[in-house]
Order: sequence, then structure tokens, then C-alpha cells
Amino acid sequence: MARVSVEGIVKRYGTVAALDEVSLDFEDGGLFALLGPSGSGKTTLLRAIAGFVFPDRGRIRIGDQPVERVPVEKRDIGMMFQNYALFPNMSVADNVGFGLRVRKVGAAEERRRVGEALELVQLEGFGGRKPHELSGGQRQRVALARAIVTNPRVLLLDEPLSALDKALRVDMQFELRRIQREIGITTILVTHDQEEALTLSDRIGILRDGRLVQAGPPREVYNAPADLFAATFLGEANILPGGGAGIVVPEGVAPGAVLAVRPEAIAMTRTEPEGAGLSKCVGVLERRVFAGAMATCLVRREDGGEMKVVSRDQDIPAGLTEGDRLWLSWPVDKTLAIPPEG
Amino acid sequence: MAGGTAISGARAGLIALLSPAYLWLTAAIFLPLSAMLFFSLVTELPFGGAEWAFTLENYRAFFETPTYATLLWKSVRLGLIVTVVCLLVGFPCAYVLAKAIRGRAREALFLLVILPFWSNSLVRIFSWAIVLRGNGVLDLGLNALLPFEVDVSLMFTTHAIVIGLVHSYLPYVILTSYLALQAIDDNLIDAARSMGAGKPTILWRLVLPLSLPGLVAGAVLIFVPVVGAFMEPRILGGRVGTYYGTVIEDQFVAVYNWPLGAALSFILLAVVLFILAVASPMLKRAQA
Ligand SMILES: Nc1ncnc2c1ncn2[C@@H]1O[C@H](COP(=O)(O)OP(=O)(O)OP(=O)(O)O)[C@@H](O)[C@H]1O
Ligand SMILES: [Mg+2]
Repeated sequence: MARVSVEGIVKRYGTVAALDEVSLDFEDGGLFALLGPSGSGKTTLLRAIAGFVFPDRGRIRIGDQPVERVPVEKRDIGMMFQNYALFPNMSVADNVGFGLRVRKVGAAEERRRVGEALELVQLEGFGGRKPHELSGGQRQRVALARAIVTNPRVLLLDEPLSALDKALRVDMQFELRRIQREIGITTILVTHDQEEALTLSDRIGILRDGRLVQAGPPREVYNAPADLFAATFLGEANILPGGGAGIVVPEGVAPGAVLAVRPEAIAMTRTEPEGAGLSKCVGVLERRVFAGAMATCLVRREDGGEMKVVSRDQDIPAGLTEGDRLWLSWPVDKTLAIPPEG
Repeated sequence: MAGGTAISGARAGLIALLSPAYLWLTAAIFLPLSAMLFFSLVTELPFGGAEWAFTLENYRAFFETPTYATLLWKSVRLGLIVTVVCLLVGFPCAYVLAKAIRGRAREALFLLVILPFWSNSLVRIFSWAIVLRGNGVLDLGLNALLPFEVDVSLMFTTHAIVIGLVHSYLPYVILTSYLALQAIDDNLIDAARSMGAGKPTILWRLVLPLSLPGLVAGAVLIFVPVVGAFMEPRILGGRVGTYYGTVIEDQFVAVYNWPLGAALSFILLAVVLFILAVASPMLKRAQA
């Protein structure tokens, strides 16, 4: 296990900067999620840490060792691929034992550690099967066992769960988290799924066009986005007009900052809500979409702006229908103050 | 009941659709083969009112004259040598084509690989004759480059035959290996590297086992025709170019003993099938 850090790394493909001066620290034993839209450089960053691509500039350290010029084979990492990449010509045990055999640990030791790894991912007794005889979730587990069996210094996962269906994905998220905690391995995970990033990780980093937009604990990034992109990429945000009648600007907000509020922070009432520390405005309900436990409402403010509200069905005033006038309110301290761009 | 009719109707349609293919197969393979089998079992060709009778004499000739077995063994050995050389040369070529080169360059190289298919095989063989003979292109070229005199006259040697055959059959291995290598997911190789495997380990434990079907297909495509080859041995081998295939050819075109030629051909067919049958379980085990 080791701490990983990248410092000012740049990787260009022709004129495209896949990575542009990215600096990040990955704490020892932590689970870090890399998020970003397609083409933002997540995979490139992960592969640079793995050693498949060498950055044009910048430094990468695993533990205390600078590794910018060390090829993958020598970096002592574990990696899990999106399509699992299990060796089809080998049994599950041989797949898991591959890295051990490369390290020449001996047959008895190999058998013991493969057994342990398979037990960790709850696949005891599957060692003799071929990959094509496994379900998607089981392949996933084999790939994970294979990636961690050599006790690598860092575990790298590129969209490891995206090939699974929703229910299995949630199971595997818990599984992954459990195993990661159990062995305490520094883990870097690339994902498209912001929910996955929020539930799984200790810290997240948001990339955009090869640049790091923001990094920090999920709650912090969610509650204090560094810019408009981070605010809208991670969850949704209603952009507020620069101070209307009932909309209170929180204290200490920098001039030029954009105010916003998350859809789930807003309460809906028929009458004007009373109480200190509330921001409020009036609107007309345009659309109400029922989605299981939660309902999503679209409200048109009087100044023409649109607000999205997500709330539990029973918290919506009874009998509220489309076209009704209503009040929206939220605690002033739930207002996001987003620093101006640039 | 209606369902049953529909199914049998569909089957009738299927048979109607497939029948041209089967008719063609029958005409193209089974008719000539049966004719040959018939020829191999008679004393004389039953043409022009000749007297003929059924006999096993032609097969007995093979076992009574040890020369045939010797030549057959010589041909099998030639087949093995050519196959092995083709695999050793062709697999690395296919590997470079499939894994190291991308884009336009790959297409261009691919065209060069299949170029021999476009030229007439006789032209190809005679070109080799011009290159390999004493005072030929190779001889003159080497002597122009080297400071000392060398005398390379490969013509009418086994080497010449092997060179000619390898050149003719190399594209088969390259193509089949290329297809097999192309199907190997690059992520598998990346995964092996991430586990610390170097190039030799990846080649030996991953790439070779996964491309084995392609190698086997290529080997069969080469071995079978080379064992019966007669053109290359005859033209490039001269006096040393007597092989099982040339003997069969002689029976048909020179001696005009078709029954013996047909019997020798069937023995060759049997031996080749036997070799393939023995080799295939071993290869299956190697792959598992
Ligand atoms: N081998 C390459 N050659 C040329 N350009 C590349 C290469 N690899 C990545 N790029 C470019 O670098 C940029 C970042 O790619 P990367 O694969 O890191 O994105 P990503 O964030 O992983 O996207 P996705 O979420 O779609 O997987 C893209 O613009 C991509 O086109
Ligand atoms: Mg990617």
C-alpha cells in the first residue's frame, strides 16, 4: 500500500491535451473516484498512473518512488478492466495466480494465496472453471481477485462496474468497498456514474478537458462546488437570479458569484412560509413527475426562470396540480455560492 | 397440426435452398473422388473397349516396392519442414502486422503478403529458378556485394525446393495467424502487463495459446498440399526432386498408368488423414 501523487502531468495527443497540468494526491488506503464527462482524460490519467502511457511532462510517485519512466510491468500495480479482460485460455485459479507465477512465489504459496483471494471475493470452489462458465458478476469478482492477489501498492479500476446491470452494480459497489476496506489498498476508480462516485469514495476528483476542476471529499464538493461546471456535473443545481425579492444572499459571498440551490433543498408550500433564515420565491407548477419514492417538479418562477424541485411525495402539499401558484423556500445556508469562472 | 405443417413446410424450403450447394459439392468432390477410387481398383482403364477387371494389385504394388514408402516418407518430411519454416517465418510477420502496425501501413503490407496469390504459380517457380541457379541473380548479387568470391548454386537442391514451397505457402500461415491474433483483445495483454508479465511470458502463456487455432489451420493448409507437391520439386529440384507427388504425376502424364497413380493417391490421402487424426487430440490438449 502506498500513497500516490501526480504533479503537473501533461499528456498531448497531437493538438489534444488529454491531460493538462493535473496535480492530485491519492491518500494511502483511500478510495478515490475520478469523474468527468466523456473525453475528459480520466482513462488517460489512470493509464498514466498504471504506466501504460508516459506523460510528456510532470511527475508521478507511488510511495516514495518516482515512476514516470517505469513501465507497467515494473510498477507493482493491480488493475481491473472494464470488460474484465480475463484470460479465456486459463482457469479461474490460473487467472488469479498469473501474477504470482510471474513473481515465482512457488506452487504451494500460489495455491494458498489464490485460495485466499477467491475467498475474499466469495468465489471459493470456482478455481477450476473457465471464464466463459461464469456469470458477469462472478467474472467481475475474479478480475478483482486477480488484481489484488499480488498485494499491489495501488489498485486501479477503469469503470469496473459499468458492464453490470443496476441491481448487480449496487451489490458490487458494496462488495468493492468492503474488500477495499478489508485490505486497506489505495484505490483509484474511474466512473461515469456520479452516484457510484458519491457512495463509494472517500474523495473525488472532477476532470474536464484534461484539467482538474475540483477535488475533495464528496460532501464538500457537493456542498461547495468550485465552479458552475462542478455544480451542475455533480448533482443538479438551480441557478438563482442575482438577488430577487425574497432571495437572501448569504453573508461573505464574493462579488460576481453565482447563487444556486440543489433541487432537494427546496420545500414547496401553498402559503408564504414563515421563519428566519429562509430564502423564498413564488412560482407556478408546470410539471410534476412521479418517480417512486421521490417526485420531481418543475416550477416557473415569476421572473421566468425555471426551478427543479425533488422531494418526497408526501411532502408536497395535498392536491397540488399543474398550473397552481406556490411558494418555494430553502434555508439560506443551503444556498450555493459558486465562484465566478476564470 | 397447423404448426407441424408449418415446420415441415419450412424444412422443405430449407432443403430446396440447400440442395444446389449439396448438388455442387457432390459433383465437385464426390464424383471425381469416386471415379478415382474406381480407377484404383481396376487393371486397365475401361475406355476404348479395353479388357478390365477389379483388382487390389495397384495397392499391393505400394507395399511390394519399398521405393514408394521411402518417397512417401521423404514427402512427409518435406511437408513438415516447409510447415515448420512457414510457421516460424509467418507467425512473427502476422504478429507485427496485427499488433505493432496501425492504419495505412498495415493495409499496404497486407497487400504485399497476399501478392503471391495473384501470380501464376509456374511463373513464381521459374522466377525462383532464375534467382537460385549458379550464375543466377542471387549468385551475381552476392558476388557484387561481397569482397570475396562465393559460389551459390542452390538450384536443384532440397533447399531450392523448400525455398520455393515456403514462398508459395507462407501467405496461408500469415493470414490464419493474423486473423487469430487480431481476435486477441489488447486489454488481455495490458492486463498481463499490469500483473508484471514481460514480453516472453505474455507470448508464451497468452498470445501463443490464444492463436493456436490459427496456427493449426495454417499448418494444415500447408502440410496437406506440400506432401503431394510435384511442381516445385520437379522444377527446382531437378534430379533430387523425386518425391511421392512427382511419382503420382508420372503415373498420370508419363507412364499413363492411371490405376497405379490413383491407388498411390488414395494411400497418400489415407496417410495425411491419419496424421491429422493423430495430431488433433494432442493440439486440443495443448490448447486447454
Ligand atoms: N491513444 C490516443 N490517441 C489519440 N488521442 C487519444 C488517445 N487516448 C486518448 N485520446 C484523447 O484524449 C482525450 C481523453 O481521453 P480519455 O480516454 O482519457 O477520456 P475519458 O475521460 O476516459 O473518456 P470516457 O469517459 O469516454 O472513457 C480524448 O480527447 C481522446 O480522444
Ligand atoms: Mg475512459
